Amino acid sequence: MQTDVLTKVPVREQDAKERAANFDEVCLGYNKEEAMCEASRCINCKNAQCIKGCPVAINIPAFIEKVKDGDIGAAYQVISEASALPAVCGRVCPQESQCEGKCIRGIKGEPISIGKLERFVADWARENHIKPEGAAVKKGKKVAVIGSGPSGLTCAGDLAKMGYDVTIFEALHEPGGVLVYGIPEFRLPKRDVVAKEIENVKSLGVRIETNVVIGKSVTIDELLTEEGFSAVFIGSGAGLPKFMGIPGEQANGVFSANEYLTRSNLMKAFDEESNTPIMRGRKVAVVGGGNVAMDAARTALRLGAEVHIVYRRSEEELPARVEEVHHAKEEGIIFDLLTNPVEILEDENGWVCGIKCVRMELGEPDASGRRRPVVIEGSEFTMDVDTVIMSLGTSPNPLISSTTKGLEVNKYQCIVADEESGRTTKEGVYAGGDAVTGAATVILAMGAGKAAAKGIDEYLSKA
Amino acid sequence: MYKILKAEELTANIYLMVVEAPRVAKSCQPGQFVIVRTDEDGERIPLTICDYDRAAGTVTIVFQVVGAATEMMRRLQTGDSFHDFVGPLGRPSELIGEDTESLRRKKILFVAGGLGTAPVYPQVKWLHEQGVDADVIVGAKTKDLLIMEEEMKAVAGNLFITTDDGSYGRSGMVTKVIDDLIGGEGRQYDVCIAIGPMIMMKFVCLTTAKYDLPTVVSMNPIMVDGTGMCGACRLTVDGEVKFACVDGPEFDGHKVDFDQAMKRQQIYKTKEGRAFLKAQEGSTHHGGCGNCGGND
Repeated sequence: MQTDVLTKVPVREQDAKERAANFDEVCLGYNKEEAMCEASRCINCKNAQCIKGCPVAINIPAFIEKVKDGDIGAAYQVISEASALPAVCGRVCPQESQCEGKCIRGIKGEPISIGKLERFVADWARENHIKPEGAAVKKGKKVAVIGSGPSGLTCAGDLAKMGYDVTIFEALHEPGGVLVYGIPEFRLPKRDVVAKEIENVKSLGVRIETNVVIGKSVTIDELLTEEGFSAVFIGSGAGLPKFMGIPGEQANGVFSANEYLTRSNLMKAFDEESNTPIMRGRKVAVVGGGNVAMDAARTALRLGAEVHIVYRRSEEELPARVEEVHHAKEEGIIFDLLTNPVEILEDENGWVCGIKCVRMELGEPDASGRRRPVVIEGSEFTMDVDTVIMSLGTSPNPLISSTTKGLEVNKYQCIVADEESGRTTKEGVYAGGDAVTGAATVILAMGAGKAAAKGIDEYLSKA
Repeated sequence: MYKILKAEELTANIYLMVVEAPRVAKSCQPGQFVIVRTDEDGERIPLTICDYDRAAGTVTIVFQVVGAATEMMRRLQTGDSFHDFVGPLGRPSELIGEDTESLRRKKILFVAGGLGTAPVYPQVKWLHEQGVDADVIVGAKTKDLLIMEEEMKAVAGNLFITTDDGSYGRSGMVTKVIDDLIGGEGRQYDVCIAIGPMIMMKFVCLTTAKYDLPTVVSMNPIMVDGTGMCGACRLTVDGEVKFACVDGPEFDGHKVDFDQAMKRQQIYKTKEGRAFLKAQEGSTHHGGCGNCGGND
């Protein structure tokens, strides 16, 4: 296999028309030959910028070097020193703004396809039953991790590798957090990828107790005083949905993206055999422009609807990853940009029958640095839809902060924690991920979980 | 897995189960609820807590078979297990936070409709343990659908039973009994707690409003996770959007938008589900429960 050193080895994908009607994974990934060929483009920089772009600091040139040699098992061990979830990260990390964004190859030509290589290595290891290596010596101290999403799994995995006795508490019936309830099957297969990565974390000795709602079933203080935990990490995410507060939002057929995706992903409502229903709309408006909006839109499309993304700014400001927007367009999602809903119309029985919107134009930059959308007078119009999915972002759940004395939160309900160590205002309690930052990405949450594991280790080593 | 220590049919289609769930038993309070799943692919079913035994680590639930998921539950026997049993969810009843002295000075009226008898019971029992005897109205469609009469009698002050068809106790809806007690017999109450089908709670609130009697209701809308994540259970209270799972389930009944809440109950009601209910309830099916969509 020959390639131009300036361009990426293309990755195989399911045909756009075909995949618009199924929930199978969109990206098919590299095979070994393609991976080795792509790896050969890496110039193995001495002062590797890609590592600096990675929130968990994977030794990227070292693992790519092993791929180049065809020693995929060794490549996996390099990655798993830093990351507990490589098969997930290879799929959902925004590489273009992290490792690949810093790649020296990318200055002239295309950067190395680091994400796709990471995914290949992790998938290969799974298919060949290679597991990460656990701790040799036990420390004899118990740490509780709250939430089994990206930050919790990472923190738990790192602490277990250091020799701590770790228990993860998960509120839902299945571990994985946003990886199972939020990100759809066609981007991140649940049984073959997520469940296997969680198995790997468990194989390090981590216990997972599902169906425990911290703050309700048991409090953090009880974990510390009655259940013998020496430290706690809070990685409970940002699970509370936001609504717009416009008239008609309580009509039947208006859903939060969280509800829509949870029904489809966690409860498998996309499967006709599922016991949990989902509304199969004819024409759906998804309000918002982030990755979650893309996920909800592409799910609705696969459930048979005509889908519109309604976003108040222009394409340039879409917060979603370029790859997600590109995939959504390929599949036939219609983008109604510079458009903002003002009212949801309902019929006499309370069902959605339309959405009243106004057209927007961009004015001066606002506090976020993006140009502020301004309503164009007299531009009101109605879209004929039967389903509206609100994807306006999420905020942290106050269940934990409101039941834990001495745990400070800011005005957004985000837990106040030190960025370097994850330390909160309460002794022995650490936090990271969306619970601290508000809704962000999987990999940033993992980075925070990793930092907190280090912080907890330092704290418990002193004690 | 959460073992079922006792499974019993209370009356046609209403079942009681005692389930081993130590974490829930240790921390739950009257007014809270749990979510259960029968198996790996089961739906998440929210159920109010009917009783608990902290020492034994058990929680008692009562449910009515109304569709596929509860039909699966009914088939579970003593010795079987629930796949999932999570809780306690929601906020405890407001009475729990009050000091005993002020509770003892209060005249409290509970109104339980049908299956609502089950979640009313732990509140009445808890008050009884504090030395407070509350009056309780229990309404059922007919004598055969009445549940937990003996248990309730043991913890209530006065127990007034009524059946829609007059087959047992007083005759007529619970609202008529409220009118009889307050308007007719001149009894005085400081607070009313009503739990039952939404349509019943709506009419109880309209009735108690006439007497300026503050009324608390326990809302049971559709929900998925039960922890504030999905927003499916949102309802409007005093013009504000609230999530029943974390802000409730109990709310000031005079401020709840019941008509909207009842419409929202219809979202996932299928033709099959409605047909099932109609067949189950026979001549007592009038579609007014707000849960089934009636005969449409």
